[in-house]
Amino acid sequence: MALDQSFVGRTYPPTAPYEVGREKIREFAEAVGESNPVYTDPEAAKAFGHPDVIAPPTFVFSITFRDAGQVVADPQLGLDYSRVVHGDQKFAYSRPVRAGDRLTVTSVIEAVKSMAGNDILDIRGEVHDEAGEHVVTAWTKLVARAAEEA
Amino acid sequence: MTAKIAYDDVEVGTELPAQTFPVTRATLVRYAGASGDFNPIHWNEKFAKEVGLPDVIAHGMFTMAEAIRVVTDWTGDPGAVVEYGVRFTKPVVVPNDDTGAEIEVSGKVAAKLDDNTVRVDLTAKSGGQKVLGMSRAVVRLA
Repeated sequence: MALDQSFVGRTYPPTAPYEVGREKIREFAEAVGESNPVYTDPEAAKAFGHPDVIAPPTFVFSITFRDAGQVVADPQLGLDYSRVVHGDQKFAYSRPVRAGDRLTVTSVIEAVKSMAGNDILDIRGEVHDEAGEHVVTAWTKLVARAAEEA
Repeated sequence: MTAKIAYDDVEVGTELPAQTFPVTRATLVRYAGASGDFNPIHWNEKFAKEVGLPDVIAHGMFTMAEAIRVVTDWTGDPGAVVEYGVRFTKPVVVPNDDTGAEIEVSGKVAAKLDDNTVRVDLTAKSGGQKVLGMSRAVVRLA
């Protein structure tokens, strides 16, 4: 069933701040096979001008997607999550995420489309730090594949 | 924030050192834990096949994380990445054996932009097929 176009532009309230920890960054960096010390050694990060260890570029997805869960689970929108695949992902950074950040995400539905029976949902997540400064914007395209004919 | 590659030293067509990243079932379990994405299509073969997949597949975000390493290993400072986007076109299928799958990533400078930034176009393949489309990063050089 096609999703309701009137959801375009809907903004979901920010969830509680996510506190970025050094050891969580280390765990993520190791999980993707990274050995760059800028992710694990504060001194190496400082040599590049960062105040503390930074996170790999895609780390923030875990935070934005958690917030996007509000959209995905919105019963009024009615997305069939069991049929959802990740279509596109994009990030635009004002600065890298770093240890010590307390990040809030505000999710907005940017577009709702229906193509060949598939529902396509574009969600934008705006990530800000505790001072209210922009850190990164994440765009996530989700595609709910058409239900198979019975 | 100093990248080790200078803007003046690159031109359109400059190739970045290509890399091959191995991915096994153990890699996916570890990534699931670190990222919080526990979708069973990434670790449960029975479930993956029930939903029409050929086998367990890698997290798209794992592939995205690997592909950008070609850029961040080139610049030295991952904080130099200004934009990064991909389209997930084909899954990376990961068999249940010791070798798993490989993700081969190459990249080249596609455009020189303002403010010492360049656009790098990335190609990621697994099992001979492109697994990412429109895979582009904008990165600030020294």
